Amino acid sequence: MRRPVLDVSALPPIAYGSRTTIWWGVLGLIAIEGAALALTAVAALYLRQNFMTWPPYGTPPPGLAAATANVVLLALSVWPMYVADRAAQRERRLPVIIALGIACVFNVATLALRGFEFAALNCWWDDHAYGSAVWLLLGMHAAHLVASAIENVLLLALVVKGPLERKHFVDVHVNALYWYFIVAVWVPVYVLVFLAPRWS
Amino acid sequence: MSAELAVRDVDDAATRAALEVTWAPPRGVLGLLGTVNHKVVAIRYIVSAFVFFALAGVLALVMRAQLAYPEARLVGPDLYNQIFTVHGSTMMFLFAVPVMEAMGLYLVPLMVGTRNVAFPRLNAFGFWIYLIGGALLWGAFLLNAGPDAGWFAYVPLAGPDQAPGKRIDVWAQMITFTELAALVGAVELVVTTLKLRAPGMSLNRVPLFVWAMLVTAFMVIFAMPAIMVASTMLAMDRLVDTHFFNVAEGGDALLWQHLFWFFGHPEVYIIFIPATGFVSTIVQTFARRPIVGYPAMVLSLIATGFLGFGLWVHHMFATGLPKLGESFFTAASMLIAIPTGVQIFCWLATLRSGRVLVRAPLLYVLAFVATFVLGGLSGVMVASAPLDLQLHDTFFVVAHLHYVLIGGSVFPLLGALHYWLPKMSGRMPSEGLGRLTVAILFVGFQLTFFPMHQLGLAGMPRRVYTYLPETGWGPLNALSSVGAALLGVAVLLFVANVAWTLRRGARAEDDPWGADTLEWSTTSPPPAYNFVHIPVVESRHPLWTHPSPRVVTGLRIDVREVLVTDAIDAVPDHRHMLDGPTLYPFLTAMAAGIGIITAIFTPWGITVGVVLTLPPLIGWFWPAGEAIAGTTREKA
Repeated sequence: MRRPVLDVSALPPIAYGSRTTIWWGVLGLIAIEGAALALTAVAALYLRQNFMTWPPYGTPPPGLAAATANVVLLALSVWPMYVADRAAQRERRLPVIIALGIACVFNVATLALRGFEFAALNCWWDDHAYGSAVWLLLGMHAAHLVASAIENVLLLALVVKGPLERKHFVDVHVNALYWYFIVAVWVPVYVLVFLAPRWS
Repeated sequence: MSAELAVRDVDDAATRAALEVTWAPPRGVLGLLGTVNHKVVAIRYIVSAFVFFALAGVLALVMRAQLAYPEARLVGPDLYNQIFTVHGSTMMFLFAVPVMEAMGLYLVPLMVGTRNVAFPRLNAFGFWIYLIGGALLWGAFLLNAGPDAGWFAYVPLAGPDQAPGKRIDVWAQMITFTELAALVGAVELVVTTLKLRAPGMSLNRVPLFVWAMLVTAFMVIFAMPAIMVASTMLAMDRLVDTHFFNVAEGGDALLWQHLFWFFGHPEVYIIFIPATGFVSTIVQTFARRPIVGYPAMVLSLIATGFLGFGLWVHHMFATGLPKLGESFFTAASMLIAIPTGVQIFCWLATLRSGRVLVRAPLLYVLAFVATFVLGGLSGVMVASAPLDLQLHDTFFVVAHLHYVLIGGSVFPLLGALHYWLPKMSGRMPSEGLGRLTVAILFVGFQLTFFPMHQLGLAGMPRRVYTYLPETGWGPLNALSSVGAALLGVAVLLFVANVAWTLRRGARAEDDPWGADTLEWSTTSPPPAYNFVHIPVVESRHPLWTHPSPRVVTGLRIDVREVLVTDAIDAVPDHRHMLDGPTLYPFLTAMAAGIGIITAIFTPWGITVGVVLTLPPLIGWFWPAGEAIAGTTREKA
């Protein structure tokens, strides 16, 4: 049957950025997790009103060293991730492997530092509501780091070993988007958990 | 490289044959547990949600039997507490939100003209997680471990001191399951709507139901995290001795209420906005004219979506908040009546100026308009802080919330199921039985809930398992219980109609109602791939203006390829391959389920969950490696 058509066979089978569905999916994930973190931060500020001092009397303010080092480390980690991102968009396997590998090392290092950060909180979660709030905030961000570490290592294994398809470069690309989010939200979490207790 | 307009020979039979093979439903265990067809997943969702609706309805009947006369002894106070808590929690978390999203998951891909949702495997995962959550709540209830602190689990009543045992922990983890499922559904709906629309379906041509689901999905994305955070804090307070809500250690009971209602109020609109989508669709079809004020309708939906986040404190007027805050939230609560009013006037104008065809779905809508307006009026009343202080925690509020939730959502939902049943099942429901159902439903509803207004004004509090004869509440309660029995009959009639339709209903044509949206352009029921050719959309009412539209060719038909278009104007952008059936989403949901349920008893449940979830997740994402082969294109 002859009929008017719109022939899309010449369109590419792959795309990057906001053109793809998976980019929007990751953006949805970021919106959800961003909202959860923001609400937790608001809850911490709400609980703050119940205290004369923050942290409460008898609890020293948290140590800054590990957390501040992590600000630097996470900021630096953006670079290899960005390189992996760009290489993925050019669909070049070896540069992706190298850059993503370096990003994985950064990811594991930030997790190690996170252990010291928990110790530097100078309180337990069951001491008082202050302790509960800072442990939850730090813990939520740590959960993102763990999830991302699993994702980064799996993706690296896939690019190195797996039957690589073009769409996996898109995965590397949106994985970087998620990593930028994790790095970006660390700044307000750091301010709220580590700096704010020193201002009151 | 871009899409090309042309006139070609199109071999429909060959294309259909190839699509049948590519999209063939899996058989056996894979078919049962591994399907990723959005229609199959959505129908499972809808059926499950209605099973939970029926179960919670039985609980409602038990409550009405207990309250039918003073000092009844059918159930005791402890069981009564469990019953109203499980009734409310089931209706909100296991019925209302899932069933609305499920309707969207069935209809949106068809209405926007694509072959499946954006992430088919994630969609299947969402359903399984939801089902485990529902089984958890009802399993616990049957074991006398059902939550008993109300569907909003207020602390300190739900805290570790006042509620020992595991009842509240069951509630908190049921929340984890259902919120996860709701968020998955929301992301599916957003991405499917924004990126998989048929070429030409620019945002100003999107059907109103799809608009409604898009706004709903955005509300889910920003509201559900509040309850996830809150229920996590509650579970931690109970399990690992944190102090978020423990006043003695600097915690705050009102924090719970703020977080809960920051979710809970948008939740009402998450349930109501899809219903407005049903109403707009049904009104347009049976008025046989385009809806009056399409831009006003869309803007009203979006305005409701935003305003819905600014009302939560009106649930907390009785907690002694600052007067300025109360005034603000009173004003905001009255403000939201405006966009809803705009929609109601647009529907009325459409009906007034149309050539109305009275069919059962439209009768459901008329029952909705009358009932919802009454619920809206009592809503404006309780939005006023001074009056609310008098009516808070009385049966007046029970009347109000059932007017807006049943009248506002369940009536349109039943109408929508009647309306889309021909598409879903391929058979026509009984018109006579449908009309009888609406009549009994409407009368039963008013009998049940209208007297509750008066009971509330007379001082009858909510959540009491019985009352004394001297209160004088007996006669109205008896009337209400008779109405509830009628409501039960109406629901049975509806189920009977569905059963009759599936067995005896006349075969449905593609477009039995003469509607305008794309789902009616394919067969009833639609094939696994929805459309032989992806349509090209040239107007807001494709089936009314273009009986033989231009179609898309050039998509691969040997793999599950769909067309991705740009978010605003739906200009063709690239071709994208969707994933096929697999067991991994089911296995991942099971693993996560074991972890979350273990977390009711020990915090190590989280670790268990992560460890168990990893293998199926790896299996899910690890490529099978056969997809590169084959480049057959649809003959063009």
